[in-house]
Amino acid sequence: MTTQRALAMVAVAAVCTFATRLAPFLLFNGKKPIPPLIRYLGEALPPAVIALLVVYCLKNVQWLTGSHGLPELLCIAVTALLHLWKRNNLLSIGAGTVLYMVLVQNLFT
Amino acid sequence: MKQALRPAFTATIPVLCGYLFIGFAFGVMLRDAGFAPPWALLCSLTIYAGSGQYLLVSLLAGGASLVTVAVMTLLLNCRHIFYGLSFLEPFHQMGGKKWYMIFALTDETYSLLCSLQTPAGVDPSAMRFLIAVLDHSYWILGSVAGGVIGGVLPFDSTGIDFAMTALFTVIFVEQWLQSKCHIPALMGLGAAAVSLALLGADNFILPAMLAICVMLVAARGRLYREEAT
Repeated sequence: MTTQRALAMVAVAAVCTFATRLAPFLLFNGKKPIPPLIRYLGEALPPAVIALLVVYCLKNVQWLTGSHGLPELLCIAVTALLHLWKRNNLLSIGAGTVLYMVLVQNLFT
Repeated sequence: MKQALRPAFTATIPVLCGYLFIGFAFGVMLRDAGFAPPWALLCSLTIYAGSGQYLLVSLLAGGASLVTVAVMTLLLNCRHIFYGLSFLEPFHQMGGKKWYMIFALTDETYSLLCSLQTPAGVDPSAMRFLIAVLDHSYWILGSVAGGVIGGVLPFDSTGIDFAMTALFTVIFVEQWLQSKCHIPALMGLGAAAVSLALLGADNFILPAMLAICVMLVAARGRLYREEAT
């Protein structure tokens, strides 16, 4: 492949990625008031989208074979419970991640 | 801006761990596909999308057409269309920085900005901007390091990308504690799980996102009442 061709592919990927992020700002550009329905969606979406992102992280887990998603579910539970208890972001994320690494490197290999 | 640096850095530490390693893996993949480290720098500087850049490596390696690159990138990233809806007004207030904020609105930066708590005396716009810049710099750093070093790290880093799952989990819990009404969170969880089970890992995000929007709009009257009480 030529350098120009590869550069063109990178440019297309960059423009298309930016376009998806830019779209709502072009549609609602701040000149006109934001419609109430869109304003409502903007406020109501984040909790739903964060839930979606948690599931997104688990999309490649094999539930029926291998470790059946046990290390993932266990470490999510530990992260969540630790957070409910101490409410310290770095502690919850750090402990959950270290536990997960220990589990997948030693127990669920 | 100066007062915002410390709280912004603290907020981005989980993303630092995640991006360094996920970015590193991208740099290694790109190198293995025959592209020197400057290519990793170029991609991470201008595209800045985790799964999108992973996809691009396989498209580059396979010599895909530009139309394929465009269609695949748009399909993979279309969930981002919904992210901006929550930041229309905050970003419009940021002047010229608005364009960078829009460019840098990845899953991880979005989730940090959703759960942002600005300490007293710190400008929220400055903190948002620094979070975006820091996250982007971690991503660039990780991917260039991957391209330069290549291969494997001197220690076993298997599973370290769980930091991203843990980050989203913590933000989920925070939002759960802060909101009186848990219906949107449960809708998101339900729609994502059902869509994943029915459509599989590669196709579930957009249908789930659309289902969430439809359900949120349908339940609008009820959710307004719950918030008001």
